[in-house]
Formats: sequence, structure tokens, C-alpha cells
Amino acid sequence: MDLRDSPDEAAFRARLREWLAANAPAHWDQPGAERLEGAERLAFLREWSARLYAAGFVGLTWPSEYGGYDAPLSHHLIFLEEMGRSGAPEHVTPIGLGMAGPTILSHGTEAQKARYLRPILTGEEIWCQGFSEPEAGSDLASLRTRAELDGDHYVVTGQKVWSSFAHEADFCILLARSDPAAPRHSGLTYLIVPMRAPGVEVRPLRQITGDAEFNEIFLDGVRVPVENVIGRPGEGWNVAITTLMYERANLAVMLTVRLEIALSRLVDLARTTRRRGRRAADDPLVRDRIAELWTVLQALRFTNYRALSTLMSTGMPGPEGSIVKLVWADANQRLTKLALEIEGPSAMLSGGEHAVQDGLWQRLQLRSRGNSIEGGTSEILRQIVAERILALPRSR
Amino acid sequence: MDLSETAEESMLREQAREFLRARYPIQRVASIADGAGFDRHAWQEVAALGWAGISAPEDAGGAGLGFVEECVLGEELGRALFPGPFLTTVVLTLPALTGAPDLVKEVVAGETVATLAWLGPSGEPGATRFPIGAGLAQDRPGLYGSAWFVPDLALADLAVVAAEGPAGPGLWAVRLDQDTISRQDLPTVDTTRRLGALFLEGALGRALAQGSDAERLLEHLRDRALAFLAAEAVGVASRALEMAVEHARTREQFGRPIGAFQAVSQSLADAYAEIESARSLVRWAAASVAARAPESARAAAAAKALASEAAVRTCERSIQVHGGIGFTWEHPLHRYYKRAQWIQAFLGWPAELRARIAASLLDGPGDENERV
Repeated sequence: MDLRDSPDEAAFRARLREWLAANAPAHWDQPGAERLEGAERLAFLREWSARLYAAGFVGLTWPSEYGGYDAPLSHHLIFLEEMGRSGAPEHVTPIGLGMAGPTILSHGTEAQKARYLRPILTGEEIWCQGFSEPEAGSDLASLRTRAELDGDHYVVTGQKVWSSFAHEADFCILLARSDPAAPRHSGLTYLIVPMRAPGVEVRPLRQITGDAEFNEIFLDGVRVPVENVIGRPGEGWNVAITTLMYERANLAVMLTVRLEIALSRLVDLARTTRRRGRRAADDPLVRDRIAELWTVLQALRFTNYRALSTLMSTGMPGPEGSIVKLVWADANQRLTKLALEIEGPSAMLSGGEHAVQDGLWQRLQLRSRGNSIEGGTSEILRQIVAERILALPRSR
Repeated sequence: MDLSETAEESMLREQAREFLRARYPIQRVASIADGAGFDRHAWQEVAALGWAGISAPEDAGGAGLGFVEECVLGEELGRALFPGPFLTTVVLTLPALTGAPDLVKEVVAGETVATLAWLGPSGEPGATRFPIGAGLAQDRPGLYGSAWFVPDLALADLAVVAAEGPAGPGLWAVRLDQDTISRQDLPTVDTTRRLGALFLEGALGRALAQGSDAERLLEHLRDRALAFLAAEAVGVASRALEMAVEHARTREQFGRPIGAFQAVSQSLADAYAEIESARSLVRWAAASVAARAPESARAAAAAKALASEAAVRTCERSIQVHGGIGFTWEHPLHRYYKRAQWIQAFLGWPAELRARIAASLLDGPGDENERV
């Protein structure tokens, strides 16, 4: 066991840090800093992504024939960690990089790999995901969006929901029912849907915070060429499992780094907030809860390292990685609530000069309620642990 | 970085599990616990496996491995509720004897069982760190005073005693067969790991370390014990969870195995998440303490806090899932629960350990919130 970076990993980390220090915009999305919006923001992120890629930091583990860098998985983990810690803007298409790209690499045709992979890395094309539906949340296999074969096209009709980036996306990885007569897991087909095609309509979905991070996608007779099927028709469920596996692996590291940033902000808040004549950081209850969150954060970090070590030495993901999202959601919800409690009565203020940090924690706390729902509800994640890892009898 | 288990570690784990299954099945542990306690002479067989000298250098008769391997053993010993003096002799005492090679040799050979006597009547580490007076009266050489909450004291031949002398704090190796020494058993809830009180009336000891060396050594011993106990707690919790899962798969009520009810399965999934979180911290703490890295105190504190809570909670969940049978003396679960509680209470409850972590995060000059 060695907790340190190998010499090669350390050199990569140093080069990345140096590059980010020299190139990343200062105060990106920090409270109080000026924030780019709309087309201007998108243009900036595209240009930023192209530079990240040209500098050798995007597509690290992808094969060089598709524009990648053939680097070991540990470099990708270091990239996710350092990007998070630096506060630099994310790549413009996280769904392209983390979900669509790896799925095409695993299940796509040669033509699909040649067509779609490189523009993901350079940030020229943006991707979104169309899995969840109003009537298919945790029970994803009950989805109803239809894909009917008509000559050399599928005609797609239905509705998708909780789709981030759909309003700016060029393509959507979409799961649809192509054979309504087949058993529910075997009648699904995985498609690449061009988002500019006729019949696609995107509407923003306003969430609990007042922001619209996600969208609904309405599909009405959208014609998708058969060469856009990933994997074989009717085998979309297995392809979707690949997508979700990659989502989980990437998210585990990104979420842990975000928790680390949030905890250091919380520590600052506790040290600078005065309540009843003393620092909030001197309240023994606050101290205990901060130390507990710090302990959970370290557990998440080292669980990620364990999962990566297992993957690198055996080629198979170990079971330990499956707990990260579950533990993280609970920790982030507790952390943001503690911040409000530290603020005291200011917790009621959403912004303005009397609010703490312009209402940052109020937004983060409300947003955190989604953490135990998105990407697999905590109940579903527990049931996966119970049935697949502990081998308890199926509950349904 | 690479946190995976090495081939050597896996071999050690398998060897340990095999030996403990054959020689210390839970029925035997239960009869030891309900009887006179661990037989001092049985230690020889365990030491013959190379465990007493696992991290002692090869020229001292040891196996030349390290603290990471001690923690691998710790998890297996915890799983089996091993009632022998590994924690005391190997984890808490051996590193203090480095300056006394003859004593190291005795311990490594399994001839001597040793323990550490450094807690006062409150049992709290730190507050009365050096409870025993050393040669306080000028005309009376020797060690005077008492130490409490001394684990495995009844079995021990030798104690490393922490004492405050005229020249400051120090550690002494004290043979326990002297007339000037008496011991008292403290009735202990977990009878697989008993505690005692030690009384010294002018006992003779060999000086092992003095002044700040002694303080640093004690801190190192404390961190070793915290990380090792965390590993033990992971073993205890893993076994308690396995028993709950076995029961939930076979016990039927309302016509189905109770594990098919989500109130049961989700509770056990939470136990799994807590145990794996603790296991990750144990790997970190073991490697940090082995390297005597600057973060080892925080890592060991975090690991023991989380792992002991995970073990106590997992045992509680397991008792609940077992229903009435889990509440009986006959069922072995209560023994795991009591060991988990012992681990939780020894060398700092979780909240006390977190108070130390909080001080490092919140009381520095401003940039203490470092990433370790």
C-alpha cells in the first residue's frame, strides 16, 4: 500500500496545477464575482474546453486513435481532483465526457467512434441524457418513450425529464422502447438523438432553488437514422448500465472534491461568524459536527482511492465504490444544513447585503435535497447494496 | 497511489482466518469469556505463528513486517473476538521496548505477555498521563502509585509503566512478579478483554524512555492503538453484519424471508456503507501510522471514531434483525456488541476524538484547514 502519488502521477499533478494556475479564470462562479450567462458563458466554456484539451488534460484515458491520451486511470482521478480544488470551470460537456463518450467507446460502431468522440473532447459538440421520464424514475425500465422502426429510421415520440444541458445540447443519449411486446428490459433501444432535429422541444424545469438546471425534452415523431443506435436494437438496457457505471465512477470523485470545497467554506464560515458573543467555531456542538463531516469526507476520499486501486489492479470495479454516492448525499445535506444553523437568523435571507455570502448557503442547502434523489435515489442505492452485495432476497 | 491489499497481506489474512476458525471458534471464545478468561499458556501457540513479532525486525526473531500488517491481523482478530493479549503485548507495548533487546526477544518468542499501564483512575488518556510516581521520596528508590484500566493485566508478566519522576515523565519496564506489586481485577463488561488495576509500592523498573522521548513514544503508542482498534472494530462489525444477513436470508415471517422486507434490508445496507467507510479510514490510518506521517494522529482518531461507531451500530442493527434470539445470552451476538462497546470507550469516545480533530481544523492561525 502506498498513499503517495507515484513519480509519474506526481509529475502529472504538478503539470496540471501549474497549467491551471496560469490559465484558469480567477473567481469563476464565486459568490459576489461577475458571472457570465447564456451564449456568452457557453462560448467561453467551449473555448476553455478546447484549451484544456489542447493542453493534454481531456480524454486522458481514451485511446489516441480517437483523440485521447492513452493515460492511466489514476491521471483521470488526479484531473478530477485538481479541477475541483482549483475552482476552474468544468469542461463544457460533462455528459459527453463522462457518459456518452465512454458508452460509445464500449458499445459504439467504428463509424460512431470516428464521428462523435473527438468533438466531445474539443468541446465543439455538447451532449445531454434522456433516460428519466415523468412516469419512469427509479423504475427506469418502465419508460414509455417509443422508437418505431420506419425504413432506415426510428421515429421517436415521448417525453424525457431531468435533463441537464438539453437546452444547449447537440446530441442526446436516449433510451426508448422499440418493442412494446418484449419483456420490459429487453424491448429498449439506445439512440443518439440529434437535438436540432424537427420534433424536439426543450423546456426548462424550474427547481426548488428557483434556478433551472434541468429541462424537459418533448419528442414528437423525431426521425433518427438507424446508424444512430448504440449497441444492438433491443439491448439498450445493457448499454444504459454501462453509461450509469461510468456516471457513478466519475461522480464519486467529483462529488467528493465538491464536498471538500464545501467543508473548507463551512470551516471559514464557522470561524468568521460570531454568535452570542463568540465564534460559532467555539460552540462544542458545531465543533463536533464539523469534525464528523471531516471524518466522513476522509472516508469518501479513501473509499474512492480503494475503488480506483481495485479497478487498476483487477480491471473490475470493486463493490466498495457503490457506497460513495449514498454516503455523500447524506453528508452534503447535513453540511449545508449546519451552515444555515451557523448563520442563525440570517438563514432566512436569500440575498442582499444583510445575507451571508449573498445567500449562497440557502441555495446550496435547497439544492442538496436533490442529492438523495438524482443519479439513483438513496433508497434504490441501498437496495442495490442489499441485493447485489449482501445477497439479501429480492424485495419485489 | 495504491491502497489495494498486497499478496503478503492477503496471505497473512488467510492464515489468520484459518487459524482462528480452527482454534478459536466462537463457542470456545464464549467458554473462555464465561470462564476464567484467556489462558496465559495459550499465548505461546499464537506467538509461534510469528504474530507476536510480526513487526519486530528479523534479527530480533521477528517477521520484519510493519504496522499495516498488524492492522490486517487486527481485523481478523476482531472478527474472531480473539480473547488473547495481542493488543496489549504487540500493539501497545512492544515498540516501547526497543531499547531493551532482551525483553523484545522474550516478547517475540511468546515467553512474556506484556501490557501498558498509563491511565489513572479516570481512565482518560492525557488528563493523568503519568499517574504513577517514580522514586518520589529521595530515600525510597522505585515506583509508587497506581494505574487503572490496564487491559490484560491478569495475564501479563511485564508492564510498561508511565510514571512522573523527579526528572520528568518516563516509561519503565516493570516485571510483575515483585512483592511490591499487587493487582486487582476490574469486573469488565467484555470478558474477552478484561481490565485491571495495578498498585506499585516501590517496584523496580528498567528505564525505557525519559522526558519528551517518553511523551512522543506514548503518543505513537496511542495512535497505534487507535488505528488497530479501528481495524478490530471493522472485523467485529463485518462479522455482526454477516450474521444479520445469514439470519435475514433464512428466517421467515409472513411467508417470506425477512430480508425481503426493505425495513430490514435497507438497515443492513446502511451498516455495509458504514463498515466500508470505516475500512477506508483504517487503510489510511494504518499507512499513516506505519510511516509516522504528520497526519497520523488525525487519521487514527478519525478511524477509531468512525469504526467504533460503525461497529456498535452494526451490532445494534444485527441484534434488532435477529429479534428475540439476538437478545439471549446463548446467541453470540452480545459478545460482539460488548467488544464493540469496549473499543468505543477505550482511549477516547468518538466525540472526544472528534474534539481533537475539531481543534486541528478550527483553532489554528487561519490556514489550518489543510488537506492532508
